[in-house]
Amino acid sequence: MSELTSLTIAAAREKLAKKEFSALELTDAHLAAMERAKDLNAFITMTPDLARERARESDKRLFAGQAGALEGIPLGIKDLFCTEGVLTTAASHILDGFTPQYESTVSQKLRDAGSVMLGKLNLDEFAMGSANITSYYGPVKNPWKPKGRNAELVPGGSSGGSAAAVSAHLAMGATGTDTGGSIRQPAAFCGIVGVKPTYGRCSRWGVVAFASSLDQAGPMTRTVRDAAIMLGAMSGFDPKDSTSAQLDVPDFEAALTKGVKGLRIGIPKEYRPAGLSPELVALWDKGVEWLKAAGATPVEISLPHTKSALPTYYIVAPAEASSNLARYDGVRFGLRVDGKSLDEMYAKTRAAGFGAEVRRRIMIGTYVLSAGYYDAYYLKAQKVRALINKDFTDAFDKVDAILTPTSPTPAFGIGEKFDDPIAMYLNDVFTVPASLAGIPGASIPAGLSADGLPLGLQVLTRRWDEETLFRVCQALEDAAQFPLLPAV
Amino acid sequence: MGYIIKGEQHDWELVIGLEVHAQVMSKAKLFSGAPTEFGAGPNTQVSFVDAGMPGMLPVLNEVCVEQAVRSGLGLKAQINKRSVFARKNYFYADLPQGYQISQFDQPIVGEGIVVLDMPDGSTRSVGIERLHLEQDAGKSIHDLHPQKTYIDLNRSGVALMEIVSKPDLRTPEEAGIYLKKLRSILRYLGTCDGNMEEGSMRCDANVSVRPAGATELRTRCEIKNVNSVRFLMQAIEYEARRHVDVYESGGTINQETRLYDSNKGETRPMRSKEFAHDYRYFPDPDLLPIEFDDAFIAKIKADLPELPDDKQGRFITEFGLSAYDAGVLVTEKENADYFEVVAKGRDGKQAANWVITNLFGVLNKRGVEIADSPVSAKDLGRLLDLMADNTISGRMAKEVFEAMVETGKSPDAIVEERGMKQITDTGPIDAAIDKVMAENADKVEQYRAGKVQVMGWFVGQVMKATQGKANPAVCSELLKKKLEA
Repeated sequence: MSELTSLTIAAAREKLAKKEFSALELTDAHLAAMERAKDLNAFITMTPDLARERARESDKRLFAGQAGALEGIPLGIKDLFCTEGVLTTAASHILDGFTPQYESTVSQKLRDAGSVMLGKLNLDEFAMGSANITSYYGPVKNPWKPKGRNAELVPGGSSGGSAAAVSAHLAMGATGTDTGGSIRQPAAFCGIVGVKPTYGRCSRWGVVAFASSLDQAGPMTRTVRDAAIMLGAMSGFDPKDSTSAQLDVPDFEAALTKGVKGLRIGIPKEYRPAGLSPELVALWDKGVEWLKAAGATPVEISLPHTKSALPTYYIVAPAEASSNLARYDGVRFGLRVDGKSLDEMYAKTRAAGFGAEVRRRIMIGTYVLSAGYYDAYYLKAQKVRALINKDFTDAFDKVDAILTPTSPTPAFGIGEKFDDPIAMYLNDVFTVPASLAGIPGASIPAGLSADGLPLGLQVLTRRWDEETLFRVCQALEDAAQFPLLPAV
Repeated sequence: MGYIIKGEQHDWELVIGLEVHAQVMSKAKLFSGAPTEFGAGPNTQVSFVDAGMPGMLPVLNEVCVEQAVRSGLGLKAQINKRSVFARKNYFYADLPQGYQISQFDQPIVGEGIVVLDMPDGSTRSVGIERLHLEQDAGKSIHDLHPQKTYIDLNRSGVALMEIVSKPDLRTPEEAGIYLKKLRSILRYLGTCDGNMEEGSMRCDANVSVRPAGATELRTRCEIKNVNSVRFLMQAIEYEARRHVDVYESGGTINQETRLYDSNKGETRPMRSKEFAHDYRYFPDPDLLPIEFDDAFIAKIKADLPELPDDKQGRFITEFGLSAYDAGVLVTEKENADYFEVVAKGRDGKQAANWVITNLFGVLNKRGVEIADSPVSAKDLGRLLDLMADNTISGRMAKEVFEAMVETGKSPDAIVEERGMKQITDTGPIDAAIDKVMAENADKVEQYRAGKVQVMGWFVGQVMKATQGKANPAVCSELLKKKLEA
């Protein structure tokens, strides 16, 4: 069966159309792989019965010639997307037993395109984390192992379950969400493609909110083409999300063949902080050479407010989170720990229901919004955010895309950096600026470290210009010849 | 202003500002499609958004924006073409999101003005500070179970306009008149039904006192959720007196939120827990700023109805009413409409008198609104016609009116049935006069001797003799002729 799980979405699509195998067979192959790889802890909830049912429906549509864009393709859904009738946890104890009566717009669109949901993928609690270690349902293991060592590595986060599942061929693709790097960094750690589209490209309706002005859903796949196919199905205006854009969805797949000839590629000089692995510096240089060879022109650019991005992010995101997470109060759904008074019930429920990292961010967010601190923190952060946005606007006057590393290091061991939240936050140093600016970004697996671990390069483009993003990603993928993990 | 609290040390004057929460008239809630009807079963008008379910997002109901702009125009206020929704964060069991979506530093409507008609005929202008849109919370019901609180989320997410006055009010009476005037304006505009019993209009009063003539503002207390004009005036009176007593005994007033207990007629502080909030306002990232252009405002402006002040002015010039009578008639649009039907093509002053004195008297006695009036405007107008063409006298009209109230029949039918037609034919009146004069020669003598006051007595006798049907004018004319003959 491993030959079925080794297929790309694009290949499976063709073979399903040619009836080389059925959607049910394809789904069964992945369900079997999920069973075998249970120790990765990539899934919080597996939905095999539902998956088979939907695969059978896909087969009917395939037979009737009514196939959707993702007909019969087995996908994992990050457990931050509300799914009708299926437990939705956000990897938090506080959502115990929460089964939504509604389906998020993005997962509904994927369903409407014919895809088959395999289950709900593990993540950092409320998508807060960079190593998938804050999940109430336990850490996810990176399917990659360092050469010659028997260490367990983190998959990155927060979309760690998604990255691990796709990397290990448990799903052909998965949804992720990215608030400060939660798609791109785990994609880099697990050697897959992860795309965070422009803020507003995918509806946030039905996605458990972390930081509303930053949260954006996106695809995680093993190839650039698969990401383009999946994003096409996920995107589009949603009247239920006031921040979603009333724009037509371009044919992302069609952009893939356009090449990078004549594109100007910006290389930001500020993206070389202390702690950046020399291996990544070398890979970055290689990436520049690849694009040059494909006909693009590298241009050194400056993004002067880069160093302020991380502190700005860690004010804006917790501020919004502290408010977004107020609804988890034990009154209407999820966990409730009774108390003698309403206030005591709140305190006990939230103390028991939220993990340490979520509590930390609620405290930070509450602090920066409180009277007397608002101007110094939140308001100032908003101003800096505007400057960071301007950095990119100015840069995109000169270049068509920007190339950087995705994260400063490859995946680290489970247990490392756990006591030092600041060191953990530094993982997001390259991904956070694009989140603050709302521009699209993608991580492409581009090489291996000396340890044999995946290294990712990040591509950024102008708002709404995912087509150029895919063109550059395709060129890098073609040149890098990255050795994906084999299906098992 | 005439309202002074005499203390031992000072004469004290009041400084009052009102915050009115007016429920926007709209079919759906501010950020969800759930209906807003009053009186539905608990938790039957609740969408996933209103219940604060995970992943739910607010989508602005544009009707509510139009209503806010319409209200702003009615208050002659600055309309802000760009305004921002902010989250007001606090925990309460009937606040599902853990925050209220409101407007903070960038409201949709800025400064405006409300003109009050005082009973002495003068007017007072009260400044409006702002009007902003916000969502209502649900309702906590504490008395259905000894240990539990029940929550009804039907109100959760319903659109409110918070209308904040400047601290321009100086007496409890002014506060009451302001609230009534504001209610009247909003009802004319059709932006709030003003129903205080159903909670679609609620009022918080900010009250402080200061030595008469001083310009400083002293510490104020906020009296929350007063639900009638009468209670508002009582609460302000009590609270002001309390401040004076505290100051005069050397104490200080703490800024606090208080509740008015209408049974005891006093205000008392809310438990500190209930209001010691740092609301941590910040712009709601789920919503875009509200933006519209001049054309949007112009379109709403073009559709504005005639407002109470304009109607009052028109009634004065068109019907020759006094400012006071016109003011009384225009307070409720339904009353004004009724009056116009009665007055059209008739004597406006007479129409106003009948509506204000007779009709309102009946309505007050029965405790009904004009919509349930036992006498239609058309019938009342007809009654005036019967007087005008001398079919009946004024006195008879009162009797006919009473019969109309009792039976609901038309004045013509009543006059016909009861044979109440006034006698204008001089024959029967002549006969009656001759008879009265013959039987009362002494009175005739008195009159002829110059005691003209007995004329009234003669009219009365003649009316009596004709069972009140004689036209009084005809009667006195003929009497005069005969007595002076």
